[in-house]
Amino acid sequence: MTIFQFILWSVLKVAVVTVVMLLAVAYTVLLERKLVGRIQNRWGPSRVGPFGLLQPLVDGAKSFLKEDIIPAGVYRPLYLIAPIIALGCALISIAVVPFGEPVSVAGSPHLFQISDVNIGLLVILGVTSIGVYGIALAGWSSNNKYSLLGALRSSAQLVSYELALGLSLVGVVLRAGSLNLRVIVEQQATQGMLTWNIFGGMQFVAFFIYLTAAYAETNRSPFDLPEAESELTGGYHTEYSSMKFAMFFMAEYANMITVGCVATLLFFGGWTSPFGDLIPPPQSMLVHALFPIFWFVLKVFCFLFLYVWVRGTLPRFRYDQLMNFGWRWLLPLAMLNIVAISLWLAYR
Amino acid sequence: MHLILFLVFAGFCLAGAINLLLQGHPINSALSLIVVMTSLAVLYLLLGAEFLAIAQVIVYAGAIMVLFTFVVMLLNAGREERTMGSRVGGVVGFPAVVAILAMIAIVILHMQGLGVARLSDGITSTAELSAVLFTKLLLPFEVTSVLILIAILGAVALAGHDGSKAEERKGEQ
Repeated sequence: MTIFQFILWSVLKVAVVTVVMLLAVAYTVLLERKLVGRIQNRWGPSRVGPFGLLQPLVDGAKSFLKEDIIPAGVYRPLYLIAPIIALGCALISIAVVPFGEPVSVAGSPHLFQISDVNIGLLVILGVTSIGVYGIALAGWSSNNKYSLLGALRSSAQLVSYELALGLSLVGVVLRAGSLNLRVIVEQQATQGMLTWNIFGGMQFVAFFIYLTAAYAETNRSPFDLPEAESELTGGYHTEYSSMKFAMFFMAEYANMITVGCVATLLFFGGWTSPFGDLIPPPQSMLVHALFPIFWFVLKVFCFLFLYVWVRGTLPRFRYDQLMNFGWRWLLPLAMLNIVAISLWLAYR
Repeated sequence: MHLILFLVFAGFCLAGAINLLLQGHPINSALSLIVVMTSLAVLYLLLGAEFLAIAQVIVYAGAIMVLFTFVVMLLNAGREERTMGSRVGGVVGFPAVVAILAMIAIVILHMQGLGVARLSDGITSTAELSAVLFTKLLLPFEVTSVLILIAILGAVALAGHDGSKAEERKGEQ
């Protein structure tokens, strides 16, 4: 494969994945509004299109057409670049996620993954850890006490929970012996559901630590302290309007989707079928290639559903509770989990 | 290809470092430092050190610099003041840094028996790196981690000690 073919394929894959990702973000917002509506005993959006299905398009148009207000006291360069950092980092991390089996057509590289890197898992962690600057700079440059408090809370929360998050993934890496997401999935796929990391791989503690820490990392309820409406009006994006606000909003949902993808890949067997070889492989090439995508999307959807369910159910933590929980419970638990998993792997 | 990437990111790195020194506001300097660190990570990657590259991004650009910006935001530090001393520092400091760097470069270039790393070298996998770390370099590796542990304990002791003393003082009053 020449370098031009490589660039062409990469651009194509990036374009497709970005479009799909942005569409998914738009419809995750709708999913959340619908589900939270049902949880609170109301209908949610139902006016635009059948079942409110066109609501995201109208919301997007509204964000574009709204007046873009830049307050007088802001520090302009950082104020303008902060939403770009937030959304950029949220979208970049999807680049290493494999959506389906490595299929290649006509000399192309893997069709369902933008780039298959050896350290895919760490790349996701690294990009997410850069993403915090979007929030921190937005809060600081807004020159508003609520924004600043939101940004400070967010940076402290992210630094604290990143440790537990990273440590919870060590068990998975130990079992797979690789940081490559494709290898991690393939190693879980031997016996269907039984060998998924969460069941056969004895990673259920790690899974719950990961899920809790990831909810805190994405600033989602019950850890949405950085934008607690009752205390901070809007948190770090108080001073943002129009498309800039929409960019933070999209970044949050894109991060949710990434967390869903990573949880699926690491603990729930990625694109593999839960029934293993019980279902005979389909004859048609196309179905054979698309079946894994179906499982992957289904699993990620379940995680997004869970996100909304948790938001509709649990009250917000208090700030000291958040810090206590992160440092005194989650972190030691994650370390004990590593020791336990290592012993299990050594003596099984 | 490797050479083009090297030139681009080495350029980013230098530009970031110079910008860091020239900026008046601490938050801009901190952000330039992030640019320096991430472009250094790319240079590591070009030399085939994938784990080092991503560790650089996660640990330095991600965690440590967040704390830097955190402190800048918390103290609400403004533009730095220019005094006579800082002007002297600028005049004397730059030539001094150039002299020291030149000296280090000369010493390294004249050293014998150093390994050679080329831009087009293959990737050293994380498994290979950890194998070396946990066999050949086990003692220095563990000693470093103990050193960091001591630093953590020291920080906790300092912070905790201060708090208890403040409470004692309150009790006395």
